[in-house]
Amino acid sequence: MENFSPWSALAGGALLGLSAAVLMLFSGKVAGISGIISGLFTRQKNEFSWRLAFLTGMALSLFILQPFSIDLPELIKQPVISIIAAGFLVGFGTRLGNGCTSGHGIIGLGRFSKRSITATVIFMAAAVIVVFIRSRLGVL
Amino acid sequence: MFTIIVGLICGLLFGSGMIISGMVDPAKVTAFLNISGDWDPSLMFVMGGALAVFTPIYHLVIKKRGRALNGEKFSWASNTQVDGTLIAGAAVFGIGWGLAGFCPGPVMASLGGGSLTIFIFLASMLTGTAAARHYLRGAFPLPFLGRYKSSSSA
Repeated sequence: MENFSPWSALAGGALLGLSAAVLMLFSGKVAGISGIISGLFTRQKNEFSWRLAFLTGMALSLFILQPFSIDLPELIKQPVISIIAAGFLVGFGTRLGNGCTSGHGIIGLGRFSKRSITATVIFMAAAVIVVFIRSRLGVL
Repeated sequence: MFTIIVGLICGLLFGSGMIISGMVDPAKVTAFLNISGDWDPSLMFVMGGALAVFTPIYHLVIKKRGRALNGEKFSWASNTQVDGTLIAGAAVFGIGWGLAGFCPGPVMASLGGGSLTIFIFLASMLTGTAAARHYLRGAFPLPFLGRYKSSSSA
Protein backbone atom coordinates (compact mmCIF):
# COMPACT_ATOMS: atom_id res chain seq x y z
CA MET A 1 0.00 0.00 0.00
CA GLU A 2 3.03 2.32 0.04
CA ASN A 3 2.05 3.84 -3.32
CA PHE A 4 -1.56 4.50 -2.34
CA SER A 5 -2.59 7.82 -3.92
CA PRO A 6 -6.33 8.36 -3.39
CA TRP A 7 -6.37 12.15 -3.88
CA SER A 8 -4.71 12.29 -7.27
CA ALA A 9 -6.76 9.26 -8.30
CA LEU A 10 -9.96 10.98 -7.20
CA ALA A 11 -9.02 14.28 -8.90
CA GLY A 12 -8.00 12.56 -12.14
CA GLY A 13 -11.15 10.48 -12.06
CA ALA A 14 -13.27 13.59 -11.59
CA LEU A 15 -11.67 15.07 -14.73
CA LEU A 16 -12.57 11.91 -16.67
CA GLY A 17 -16.17 12.16 -15.47
CA LEU A 18 -16.32 15.88 -16.28
CA SER A 19 -14.95 15.28 -19.78
CA ALA A 20 -17.47 12.50 -20.43
CA ALA A 21 -20.37 14.64 -19.16
CA VAL A 22 -19.36 17.73 -21.17
CA LEU A 23 -18.85 15.73 -24.36
CA MET A 24 -22.27 14.13 -24.02
CA LEU A 25 -24.13 17.27 -22.94
CA PHE A 26 -22.60 19.57 -25.56
CA SER A 27 -22.14 17.20 -28.52
CA GLY A 28 -24.19 14.11 -27.74
CA LYS A 29 -21.11 11.87 -28.05
CA VAL A 30 -19.89 9.03 -25.86
CA ALA A 31 -16.34 9.43 -24.50
CA GLY A 32 -15.45 5.78 -24.97
CA ILE A 33 -11.84 5.78 -26.07
CA SER A 34 -11.78 2.43 -27.86
CA GLY A 35 -14.93 3.47 -29.76
CA ILE A 36 -13.47 6.85 -30.70
CA ILE A 37 -10.25 5.24 -31.97
CA SER A 38 -11.93 2.49 -33.97
CA GLY A 39 -14.50 5.00 -35.24
CA LEU A 40 -11.69 6.85 -37.02
CA PHE A 41 -11.40 3.91 -39.38
CA THR A 42 -15.08 3.63 -40.28
CA ARG A 43 -16.54 5.77 -43.03
CA GLN A 44 -18.88 7.95 -41.00
CA LYS A 45 -18.50 11.33 -42.59
CA ASN A 46 -19.59 13.66 -39.79
CA GLU A 47 -17.93 11.71 -37.03
CA PHE A 48 -14.30 11.88 -38.13
CA SER A 49 -13.26 15.42 -37.15
CA TRP A 50 -14.49 15.49 -33.55
CA ARG A 51 -12.93 12.07 -32.95
CA LEU A 52 -9.59 13.24 -34.31
CA ALA A 53 -9.86 16.45 -32.25
CA PHE A 54 -10.60 14.48 -29.10
CA LEU A 55 -7.67 12.10 -29.60
CA THR A 56 -5.37 15.02 -30.46
CA GLY A 57 -6.44 16.70 -27.22
CA MET A 58 -5.65 13.51 -25.32
CA ALA A 59 -2.19 13.23 -26.84
CA LEU A 60 -1.48 16.93 -26.15
CA SER A 61 -2.70 16.96 -22.54
CA LEU A 62 0.76 15.93 -21.35
CA PHE A 63 2.21 19.24 -22.58
CA ILE A 64 -0.35 21.21 -20.56
CA LEU A 65 0.53 19.29 -17.41
CA GLN A 66 4.32 19.31 -17.77
CA PRO A 67 4.71 23.01 -16.77
CA PHE A 68 3.02 22.02 -13.48
CA SER A 69 5.67 19.30 -13.09
CA ILE A 70 3.18 16.51 -13.71
CA ASP A 71 4.72 13.99 -16.06
CA LEU A 72 4.31 10.46 -17.39
CA PRO A 73 5.74 7.72 -15.19
CA GLU A 74 8.75 5.70 -16.23
CA LEU A 75 7.31 2.52 -17.70
CA ILE A 76 8.11 -0.84 -16.15
CA LYS A 77 10.20 -3.03 -18.45
CA GLN A 78 8.06 -5.63 -20.17
CA PRO A 79 8.94 -8.08 -22.94
CA VAL A 80 7.95 -6.78 -26.38
CA ILE A 81 6.04 -9.98 -27.06
CA SER A 82 3.66 -9.37 -24.14
CA ILE A 83 3.15 -5.75 -25.23
CA ILE A 84 2.22 -6.97 -28.73
CA ALA A 85 -0.04 -9.74 -27.42
CA ALA A 86 -1.71 -7.41 -24.90
CA GLY A 87 -2.26 -4.73 -27.55
CA PHE A 88 -3.89 -7.19 -29.92
CA LEU A 89 -6.18 -8.60 -27.21
CA VAL A 90 -7.17 -5.12 -26.03
CA GLY A 91 -7.96 -4.02 -29.60
CA PHE A 92 -9.86 -7.19 -30.42
CA GLY A 93 -11.74 -7.40 -27.12
CA THR A 94 -12.83 -3.77 -26.96
CA ARG A 95 -14.21 -3.93 -30.50
CA LEU A 96 -16.03 -7.21 -29.81
CA GLY A 97 -17.28 -6.06 -26.41
CA ASN A 98 -18.10 -2.59 -27.73
CA GLY A 99 -16.13 -0.65 -25.14
CA CYS A 100 -13.29 -0.41 -22.66
CA THR A 101 -12.70 0.96 -19.16
CA SER A 102 -14.03 4.38 -20.20
CA GLY A 103 -17.08 3.54 -22.32
CA HIS A 104 -18.32 0.72 -20.10
CA GLY A 105 -16.60 1.61 -16.81
CA ILE A 106 -17.58 5.30 -16.71
CA ILE A 107 -20.37 6.20 -19.15
CA GLY A 108 -22.07 2.78 -19.12
CA LEU A 109 -21.91 2.36 -15.36
CA GLY A 110 -23.07 5.95 -14.86
CA ARG A 111 -26.08 5.24 -17.08
CA PHE A 112 -26.73 1.99 -15.12
CA SER A 113 -26.54 0.04 -18.41
CA LYS A 114 -26.92 -3.69 -17.88
CA ARG A 115 -24.49 -4.43 -20.74
CA SER A 116 -21.82 -2.14 -19.28
CA ILE A 117 -22.20 -3.47 -15.75
CA THR A 118 -21.78 -7.01 -17.11
CA ALA A 119 -18.80 -6.02 -19.27
CA THR A 120 -17.07 -4.14 -16.42
CA VAL A 121 -17.44 -7.06 -13.99
CA ILE A 122 -16.08 -9.47 -16.63
CA PHE A 123 -13.07 -7.45 -17.77
CA MET A 124 -12.12 -6.61 -14.18
CA ALA A 125 -12.37 -10.28 -13.19
CA ALA A 126 -10.39 -11.42 -16.25
CA ALA A 127 -7.66 -8.85 -15.57
CA VAL A 128 -7.46 -9.81 -11.87
CA ILE A 129 -7.11 -13.50 -12.82
CA VAL A 130 -4.35 -12.75 -15.35
CA VAL A 131 -2.44 -10.63 -12.80
CA PHE A 132 -2.89 -13.40 -10.21
CA ILE A 133 -1.41 -15.97 -12.62
CA ARG A 134 1.42 -13.56 -13.50
CA SER A 135 2.25 -13.07 -9.81
CA ARG A 136 2.26 -16.84 -9.17
CA LEU A 137 4.55 -17.41 -12.15
CA GLY A 138 6.85 -14.71 -10.85
CA VAL A 139 6.54 -12.52 -13.94
CA LEU A 140 5.14 -9.49 -12.16
CA MET B 1 -16.81 23.58 -35.69
CA PHE B 2 -18.53 23.63 -32.28
CA THR B 3 -18.34 19.84 -32.04
CA ILE B 4 -14.64 19.85 -32.97
CA ILE B 5 -13.76 22.43 -30.29
CA VAL B 6 -15.79 20.54 -27.68
CA GLY B 7 -14.00 17.37 -28.79
CA LEU B 8 -10.56 18.96 -28.40
CA ILE B 9 -11.33 20.42 -24.95
CA CYS B 10 -12.84 17.15 -23.74
CA GLY B 11 -9.82 15.27 -25.09
CA LEU B 12 -7.50 17.58 -23.12
CA LEU B 13 -9.58 17.02 -19.97
CA PHE B 14 -9.72 13.28 -20.51
CA GLY B 15 -6.00 12.94 -21.21
CA SER B 16 -5.18 15.07 -18.15
CA GLY B 17 -7.45 12.89 -16.05
CA MET B 18 -5.68 9.76 -17.27
CA ILE B 19 -2.24 11.20 -16.40
CA ILE B 20 -3.17 12.77 -13.03
CA SER B 21 -5.09 9.71 -11.85
CA GLY B 22 -2.15 7.35 -12.45
CA MET B 23 -4.00 5.23 -15.04
CA VAL B 24 -1.03 5.82 -17.38
CA ASP B 25 1.24 3.81 -15.07
CA PRO B 26 1.02 0.06 -15.83
CA ALA B 27 2.78 -0.66 -12.52
CA LYS B 28 -0.05 1.11 -10.69
CA VAL B 29 -2.73 -0.63 -12.79
CA THR B 30 -1.15 -4.00 -12.06
CA ALA B 31 -0.89 -3.19 -8.34
CA PHE B 32 -4.62 -2.39 -8.39
CA LEU B 33 -5.45 -5.67 -10.12
CA ASN B 34 -3.15 -7.64 -7.80
CA ILE B 35 -5.74 -8.14 -5.05
CA SER B 36 -3.98 -11.18 -3.56
CA GLY B 37 -0.67 -9.37 -3.25
CA ASP B 38 0.37 -5.86 -2.17
CA TRP B 39 -2.95 -4.33 -3.25
CA ASP B 40 -3.03 -0.64 -4.20
CA PRO B 41 -6.71 0.40 -4.25
CA SER B 42 -5.99 3.85 -5.78
CA LEU B 43 -7.62 3.12 -9.12
CA MET B 44 -10.88 2.38 -7.36
CA PHE B 45 -10.88 6.09 -6.57
CA VAL B 46 -10.43 6.92 -10.26
CA MET B 47 -13.66 5.17 -11.12
CA GLY B 48 -15.30 6.60 -7.98
CA GLY B 49 -14.28 10.16 -8.91
CA ALA B 50 -15.41 9.74 -12.51
CA LEU B 51 -18.79 8.28 -11.55
CA ALA B 52 -19.32 10.87 -8.80
CA VAL B 53 -19.15 13.60 -11.46
CA PHE B 54 -20.68 11.87 -14.49
CA THR B 55 -23.63 10.02 -12.91
CA PRO B 56 -25.49 13.03 -11.41
CA ILE B 57 -24.93 15.18 -14.52
CA TYR B 58 -26.24 12.34 -16.68
CA HIS B 59 -29.34 11.61 -14.63
CA LEU B 60 -30.24 15.16 -13.60
CA VAL B 61 -29.36 17.05 -16.78
CA ILE B 62 -28.51 15.00 -19.86
CA LYS B 63 -31.22 12.34 -19.57
CA LYS B 64 -33.94 14.99 -19.27
CA ARG B 65 -32.96 16.57 -22.58
CA GLY B 66 -34.05 15.31 -25.99
CA ARG B 67 -30.92 16.53 -27.71
CA ALA B 68 -27.39 17.72 -26.96
CA LEU B 69 -26.61 21.46 -26.85
CA ASN B 70 -25.38 21.32 -30.47
CA GLY B 71 -28.81 20.05 -31.54
CA GLU B 72 -27.65 16.49 -32.25
CA LYS B 73 -29.25 13.37 -30.87
CA PHE B 74 -27.41 11.50 -28.14
CA SER B 75 -25.42 8.70 -29.73
CA TRP B 76 -25.33 6.20 -26.91
CA ALA B 77 -25.66 2.51 -27.61
CA SER B 78 -29.25 1.40 -28.23
CA ASN B 79 -28.51 -2.29 -27.73
CA THR B 80 -29.48 -3.44 -24.24
CA GLN B 81 -28.99 -7.18 -24.68
CA VAL B 82 -26.21 -9.02 -22.86
CA ASP B 83 -24.95 -11.57 -25.39
CA GLY B 84 -22.02 -13.90 -25.96
CA THR B 85 -20.21 -11.34 -28.11
CA LEU B 86 -20.23 -8.78 -25.30
CA ILE B 87 -19.08 -11.32 -22.70
CA ALA B 88 -16.31 -12.75 -24.90
CA GLY B 89 -15.15 -9.28 -25.89
CA ALA B 90 -15.00 -8.06 -22.29
CA ALA B 91 -13.10 -11.20 -21.24
CA VAL B 92 -10.55 -10.84 -24.08
CA PHE B 93 -10.08 -7.16 -23.26
CA GLY B 94 -9.62 -7.97 -19.57
CA ILE B 95 -6.95 -10.57 -20.37
CA GLY B 96 -5.06 -8.04 -22.50
CA TRP B 97 -5.43 -5.35 -19.83
CA GLY B 98 -4.12 -7.65 -17.11
CA LEU B 99 -1.24 -8.82 -19.30
CA ALA B 100 0.46 -5.44 -19.71
CA GLY B 101 -1.53 -2.92 -17.66
CA PHE B 102 -2.49 -0.76 -20.64
CA CYS B 103 -5.99 0.09 -21.87
CA PRO B 104 -6.92 2.45 -24.75
CA GLY B 105 -7.35 5.70 -22.75
CA PRO B 106 -3.96 5.70 -21.00
CA VAL B 107 -2.26 4.74 -24.26
CA MET B 108 -3.67 7.80 -26.04
CA ALA B 109 -2.76 10.03 -23.08
CA SER B 110 0.81 8.65 -23.15
CA LEU B 111 1.45 9.31 -26.87
CA GLY B 112 3.06 12.70 -26.14
CA GLY B 113 5.81 10.96 -24.17
CA GLY B 114 7.09 9.34 -27.38
CA SER B 115 7.70 5.94 -25.78
CA LEU B 116 8.34 3.11 -28.26
CA THR B 117 6.43 0.68 -26.03
CA ILE B 118 3.31 2.84 -26.34
CA PHE B 119 3.57 2.97 -30.15
CA ILE B 120 4.08 -0.80 -30.37
CA PHE B 121 1.04 -1.34 -28.15
CA LEU B 122 -1.06 1.08 -30.22
CA ALA B 123 -0.08 -0.54 -33.53
CA SER B 124 -0.93 -3.98 -32.17
CA MET B 125 -4.20 -2.67 -30.71
CA LEU B 126 -5.25 -1.25 -34.08
CA THR B 127 -4.45 -4.62 -35.68
CA GLY B 128 -6.64 -6.32 -33.10
CA THR B 129 -9.46 -3.86 -33.75
CA ALA B 130 -9.24 -4.49 -37.50
CA ALA B 131 -9.32 -8.26 -36.90
CA ALA B 132 -12.40 -7.89 -34.68
CA ARG B 133 -14.10 -5.84 -37.39
CA HIS B 134 -13.46 -8.69 -39.86
CA TYR B 135 -14.92 -11.13 -37.37
CA LEU B 136 -18.00 -8.92 -36.93
CA ARG B 137 -18.46 -9.04 -40.71
CA GLY B 138 -18.63 -12.82 -40.47
CA ALA B 139 -15.20 -13.34 -42.09
CA PHE B 140 -14.03 -16.14 -39.76
CA PRO B 141 -15.31 -18.21 -36.82
CA LEU B 142 -14.01 -17.96 -33.24
CA PRO B 143 -13.72 -20.70 -30.60
CA PHE B 144 -16.89 -20.88 -28.39
CA LEU B 145 -18.66 -18.18 -30.44
CA GLY B 146 -18.50 -19.63 -33.96
CA ARG B 147 -19.12 -17.33 -36.88
CA TYR B 148 -20.69 -13.98 -36.07
CA LYS B 149 -24.35 -13.58 -37.03
CA SER B 150 -25.55 -10.02 -37.45
CA SER B 151 -28.82 -10.77 -35.61
CA SER B 152 -26.94 -10.81 -32.32
CA SER B 153 -25.53 -7.36 -32.98
CA ALA B 154 -22.79 -6.09 -30.70
